[in-house]
Amino acid sequence: MTLGFTTQDLSLKLGANTVLDAVSVVFTPGRVTVVLGPNGAGKSTLLACLAGLRDADSGHVLLDGTALSSLPRRDRAKRIGFLPQSPDVHWNVDVRTLVSLGRFPHRGRWSETPHDIAAVANAMTATDVTSLADRSVESLSGGERGRVLLARVLAGEPQWLLADEPLASLDPAHQIDVLDRLRDVAAAGAGVIVVLHDLNQAARVADDIVMLRDGRVIAAGPVADVLTADRIAQTYGVDVHIGQSPDGGTFVIPTGRIAT
Amino acid sequence: MSSKLLKLNIILLAALFALIGLSLIAGKVWIPLDAWQSSDPRWLIIAELRLPRTVLAIIIGAALGLSGAAMQGYLRNPLADPGLFGISSSAALGAVLSLYFGFAVSAYMLPAFALAGAGLAMAVLALMAGRSGSLILFTLAGMILSSVTGSMTALAISLAPTPFAASEIMTWLLGALTDRSWDDVKLALPLTAVGIGILATTARSLDALTLGEQAAQSMGVDRRRVQWSIVSGVGLCVGAAVATSGVIGFVGLMVPHMVRPLAGNRPSAILLPSALAGALLLLAADSFVRAIPTVSELRLGIAMSILGGPFFFMLLFKMRRTLP
Repeated sequence: MTLGFTTQDLSLKLGANTVLDAVSVVFTPGRVTVVLGPNGAGKSTLLACLAGLRDADSGHVLLDGTALSSLPRRDRAKRIGFLPQSPDVHWNVDVRTLVSLGRFPHRGRWSETPHDIAAVANAMTATDVTSLADRSVESLSGGERGRVLLARVLAGEPQWLLADEPLASLDPAHQIDVLDRLRDVAAAGAGVIVVLHDLNQAARVADDIVMLRDGRVIAAGPVADVLTADRIAQTYGVDVHIGQSPDGGTFVIPTGRIAT
Repeated sequence: MSSKLLKLNIILLAALFALIGLSLIAGKVWIPLDAWQSSDPRWLIIAELRLPRTVLAIIIGAALGLSGAAMQGYLRNPLADPGLFGISSSAALGAVLSLYFGFAVSAYMLPAFALAGAGLAMAVLALMAGRSGSLILFTLAGMILSSVTGSMTALAISLAPTPFAASEIMTWLLGALTDRSWDDVKLALPLTAVGIGILATTARSLDALTLGEQAAQSMGVDRRRVQWSIVSGVGLCVGAAVATSGVIGFVGLMVPHMVRPLAGNRPSAILLPSALAGALLLLAADSFVRAIPTVSELRLGIAMSILGGPFFFMLLFKMRRTLP
């Protein structure tokens, strides 16, 4: 049995568009994998396939060696937490109610177990939203809301955390907060797969990077091997300057478009 | 259930029981408590006229209130009402056709036609939305159905063979509980009981849908199952309501809004209070139209809108202050 989350020759067409083209990737638990690629590269679709929200036309998604499609809905939901891109909150409920929804796949029909309550409390502590517990969702700022929605996913204690652009509309301080939480989750042993647009944030948070373009994998592997000027040029069609910051981090500055 | 919610439900239930007593006493003929024994001739009024009518008002009110709350939760839209899927207008068309062709002389024909209309509407929705579970496809299909059947009802009225038939159709469409018997209760009770049971199973999925369809699906919600539970549950409730009492609007739309300030916005939290408040509201309105001294009884459907309108305005007025 192979541990981890793998896709084998995953292909998906929407009408005449090829969204995913024979994507084979291995995601490793305990590591943060960032999925990069230009708009329309198939990042969100790949994440939706991994979350079991979408079936590919061909190929397989395997979770610890088992086909994802053969897992009962509830088991899948217990093991995989998914944070959609700019998630809506349709009713103005309070923060604790919202975070508690993360226990949905675990809970029985009626009562919360002590473990449910503890998991919600832990998730709220980890994302620093405990003080907001009784606030209504509509009264939150964008940053608070982002953290509350992350807390919802963490409350489910998933083995895999999938997040689609969780940094959108967050200021730098809150971006760093969210990235640090993702690192904590991976440090605790869970696998984290996250779609990002910002190459600098990707460099900061990722252990591994998967680069997609036109539904094809351009490169996949540890950051140092993948985040190179050549690969970025190939994926995004831009020239970049890559350097080291004084704290040992990597920064990436796009300098111009490559004529095609 | 939180203690606050439990308290609200108990209060609503107590109010409902109090109103049941009051509604049995009140009417064109007031029947004081000392006449409540089978030897008194006035007991017949209670047992054969008022009791079935009261029971029916409770059943239909609860079914409509719950349907409204479930629809708003499912569509995540506070403007949704049970009529939105076109099931109630299809049931109404069925009933109107039975009146139009004069089949309604037999007591079971009108409800049978109404239920057939509701069933047909559910089948058309199934066909149109297919296996996708898509919310937009589904809602649009329902709205088209609603408008087509509405027009056909209007056509039936304009082509009615006699002025009498036209007026009979118009009157029926306004909805009422006048002269309902235990037969109507026997028809409505099993259908709404099943409908209410089905809708109750969607409670937690409706909560999960607060986060949107994708997140709910990732949490293990089967969106096709929820869709079918909502449609069949609402279909049974609304079908039974229209078959026995005509079209009574406003309850499904209004009741969830009355309940939310007290029960909170969580979709599952408002289901039971909406059922209780729906029963309370419809029984109150029906007792009112029965007790006021008018020559011919005010139609319940009209009374609901006339009484409900100002109340709803008041609620909007209060909501306006909390909006940004």
